[in-house]
Amino acid sequence: MTMDLRELYQDIILDHGRHPRNFRPIERPTHTAKGHNPLCGDRVTLYLMLDGDRIADVSFEGRGCAISTASSSLMTEVLKGKTLAEAEALFAQFHAKVTGGEVHAVPGALEEDAERLEPLTGVKAYPARVKCATLAWHAFEAAVKGGASEPVKTE
Amino acid sequence: MNDLAAAKPRAVVDPRALRCEFPIYRHNPGLVFLDSGASAQKPASVIDGVAEFYRRDYANVHRGVYQLSQRSTDAFEEAREATRAFLNAADANEIVFTRGATESINLVAQSWGPAFLKPGDEIIVSDLEHHSNFVPWQMICERMGAHFRVAPTGPDGGFDLAAFEAMLSLRTKMVAVTHVSNVTGAIPPVERIVELAHAKGAKVLVDGCQAIPRMPVDVRALGCDFYVFSGHKAYGPSGIGVLWGRYDLLAAMPPWQTGGGMITLVTPRHTEFQDPPHRFEAGTPDISGAHGLKLALDFVERLGRESIRDHEDELTGYAIDRLSRIAGLTLVPGGQRRLSVLSFNLNGIHPHDVGTVLDQHGVAVRVGHHCAQPLMDKLGVAGTVRVSLGVYNDRGDIDALAAAVETCREMFSR
Repeated sequence: MTMDLRELYQDIILDHGRHPRNFRPIERPTHTAKGHNPLCGDRVTLYLMLDGDRIADVSFEGRGCAISTASSSLMTEVLKGKTLAEAEALFAQFHAKVTGGEVHAVPGALEEDAERLEPLTGVKAYPARVKCATLAWHAFEAAVKGGASEPVKTE
Repeated sequence: MNDLAAAKPRAVVDPRALRCEFPIYRHNPGLVFLDSGASAQKPASVIDGVAEFYRRDYANVHRGVYQLSQRSTDAFEEAREATRAFLNAADANEIVFTRGATESINLVAQSWGPAFLKPGDEIIVSDLEHHSNFVPWQMICERMGAHFRVAPTGPDGGFDLAAFEAMLSLRTKMVAVTHVSNVTGAIPPVERIVELAHAKGAKVLVDGCQAIPRMPVDVRALGCDFYVFSGHKAYGPSGIGVLWGRYDLLAAMPPWQTGGGMITLVTPRHTEFQDPPHRFEAGTPDISGAHGLKLALDFVERLGRESIRDHEDELTGYAIDRLSRIAGLTLVPGGQRRLSVLSFNLNGIHPHDVGTVLDQHGVAVRVGHHCAQPLMDKLGVAGTVRVSLGVYNDRGDIDALAAAVETCREMFSR
């Protein structure tokens, strides 16, 4: 395998791709949304349980490639227990890192979580795969904004 | 084909020698291009010929009285005649230039449809169809109150003639079917489909996108009513395509898009339209594209379509054999007759991940649903990895593919 590929498919990504965490529905979620990547047919359903503005639980179901599944899985891990504002800051930085935008530091308390997402930022070198990594985050955003009735599509 | 031509020994396609004619290989050393089904690479004769046409002979067509415009018009109409000959159509006026097969099908659906469909009528497509030969019919059925029906393929991936026949009735007004599947390479029995459909009074449109660059096509022998294809999949430029239709059918169809070049008389009260094909070619057409298409068809004819079919058929067989020996690889069945296109999945590995790994090994394949979601749903997969061949491919390409697939499998099982 080439070094580039090792960079993209790090062990943690292969692990989360094969054994996704929080891969289950939430029975009565406060928010939910579907994400769809029409290019490859990947679909994700995002479930969210908010307690005030704190994420009491977050989970997902669906089918996707290793990148999209691992991204969904890692996202649910880091988002659990966060406030919506913290989630927004994490997404903003992650999005900037994978799309090559201007990266702003996250508040100190979130640095460890941002670090957890770091392995996924290898997709930056693969423009056709960026949307795989952002699909779950877009679905999360849509769910927060009021459970979009239409599935969100990747940018 | 006349006896003299038939008696000629069939030339053999030599992919290694042919690569010298495709500049893409010079600029991308080591490229293993296995995505001709999406769009074929272009030979220098097409690339240079289009540039040369712009340098020497370009002006708008069917408009000017000056010599340059006449030369350009002649080149455009020569392309129409070359296309007629390529399809063995009866009349060059049956050849309508479009932007591609998608536009050709939309033209028929939106012109023929409203003129001839009544509520309760039916249109049948197969579940092998590309979205471009699926959605336009679904839309026109919705609009006209007609029923849209999908004929299923059999378990072997081949067109199920019995199921199709059971679906046919006097209500069937149009049957739209691919000549070669863009996902599995399956070749439906178009001649039989036409016979059965015509016996019920239905018309038949054949999507020839994957057939045109790799096998002989004779629209009169097929007996169909419409035949469509895109230039870019046949080694020609993108942006040019063809609709062939029986003249009496085209003549009975109202204009689709309207504007310049397709009228005989325009007054504030009334407009009269040209006869086919010009009736369906509103606005300035893709003049250089038509010329490029002619050059592409010349290229295909030079190699010989029987020779191309033999070459790709042999290579398809080799690919099937080579790939089916890889553990955990499942080939999508393509029926008893198939050509040049095959799809597979690797156990537990998403096609997108396979595509990225293959790309890192210089192997260009298509991954995803291949604009055939109904077929993907039937197969119960989100997508597949698709390999499609061209005249420049050889066994070395298939070996490189197989090696990259093995690497991918190992990588994801670690």
